[in-house]
Amino acid sequence: MKRIASAFYAVIAISVGVLVLLGYFVPPVAPFQAILLEWAIILAGVALLVGTGNLFFVHFSRVRTRSKGYIYSLITLVSMLSVLALGVAGLEDATKFAMNAIMIPVEISLMAVLAVTLVYASIRLLRNRVDAKSIVFLLTALLVLSGTVSLPILLGLPMIGDEILPIVSQIISQVLAVGGARGLLIGIALGSLTTGLRILFGADRPYGSK
Amino acid sequence: MNPTAIIALVIIVVSALMMAVFAFLAQRTRFAFREIEAFKFIRRAVSMVVEDGSRLHVSLGRGSLLTPFGAAALAGLAMLRRLAETTSTSDRPPIATSGDGLVNLLSQETLRTAHEITQKDKPFDFTQARMTGLTPFSYAAGVMPYIRDDEVSTNVLIGSYGIEVGLLTEASEREGAAVIAASDHLPAQAVLYATTPGSLIGEELFASGAYNQAGNFHTASLVVQDILRWIIIIVILAGIVLKLFGAL
Repeated sequence: MKRIASAFYAVIAISVGVLVLLGYFVPPVAPFQAILLEWAIILAGVALLVGTGNLFFVHFSRVRTRSKGYIYSLITLVSMLSVLALGVAGLEDATKFAMNAIMIPVEISLMAVLAVTLVYASIRLLRNRVDAKSIVFLLTALLVLSGTVSLPILLGLPMIGDEILPIVSQIISQVLAVGGARGLLIGIALGSLTTGLRILFGADRPYGSK
Repeated sequence: MNPTAIIALVIIVVSALMMAVFAFLAQRTRFAFREIEAFKFIRRAVSMVVEDGSRLHVSLGRGSLLTPFGAAALAGLAMLRRLAETTSTSDRPPIATSGDGLVNLLSQETLRTAHEITQKDKPFDFTQARMTGLTPFSYAAGVMPYIRDDEVSTNVLIGSYGIEVGLLTEASEREGAAVIAASDHLPAQAVLYATTPGSLIGEELFASGAYNQAGNFHTASLVVQDILRWIIIIVILAGIVLKLFGAL
């Protein structure tokens, strides 16, 4: 029975995938594609609700079993239920306040922590990997930075501060980096294409098949 | 149909045909790929998880399946399937985190399937798959406690991330856990290169299945990627030559 169900899921996934793909190239299929995409959006909304439930149960079970760090799970649950209660009660100003006064500042502080983390990581880079690529990586970062920020010491030197560094920085960031980035993006696009094809072939079945 | 759509359709059809042919050939022929340090690192780390009874954490990022970033999540799910089968017998079952509802459901299904293959007698704990947050930093903030509190010894971060992935690699490093990470975003790749020795760059993210014996189609897809890449290189070089001689 499970095998039949598994084959059934695969048939649905592959046929929907092929229809959506054909919708881009065969105009008569486009309306079906639009309907299927609308269904996908509705399903994504339902999945979000399920995910929120999952978030609640994971933290609830951590609090219930007094797992390590359960106090943070408790804070998460209290915050989650408070915002939910505010939303259900229709207190729009209060939910906006929770977003603007708590959520956004916390995310901004995480970004500040990240900035410090990255500086520390760049210092540690040569300890983790001592190779030519790492040295080029660091030198490039330093050159681009020194070409884009004002350095009073370098500005005093003839030619270097005001002419050479900005040009070098521009060549690195607008020629070499853009070329490299395009190469990486082409590679990622090719990878995405073959990943999609594997799903269409039914070779990858993340929807529960042995 | 406009010319761009025709070219796109030709690329898709030719790639699909090549993939079918190479998947057939892969049953008989062994294709050799270059060594990628991060994949060797994954094999070592996964063996360690099974041996010392610690936990594997697979983070699938926050790419939605309804956007182009879904491909990275799908690559992560293929990796999760392979790793979950290998590590399900560990004392602590693997966990998967994601920042999208659909990916969360699929990761739950993937873990359940791997669990049923290896441990039919024990019930599956659905909280092994966790959705942690929908925005970049709330996602990272939600994952960090699991890295710290759940006795995780190996973190595999494969999916769509931005620069916030730096917080996850830092949290792993603080706990002394191994990290293997890949993202489809360029800034995240730069951050990963600087923060972890086990980073995958560019399309290496999509090669994880082929390097972990996930099946003939994974091998075939990597061969097709290589062929397409050579075709693109030749087209670009031809374009440069034609432009130099004023033909374009």
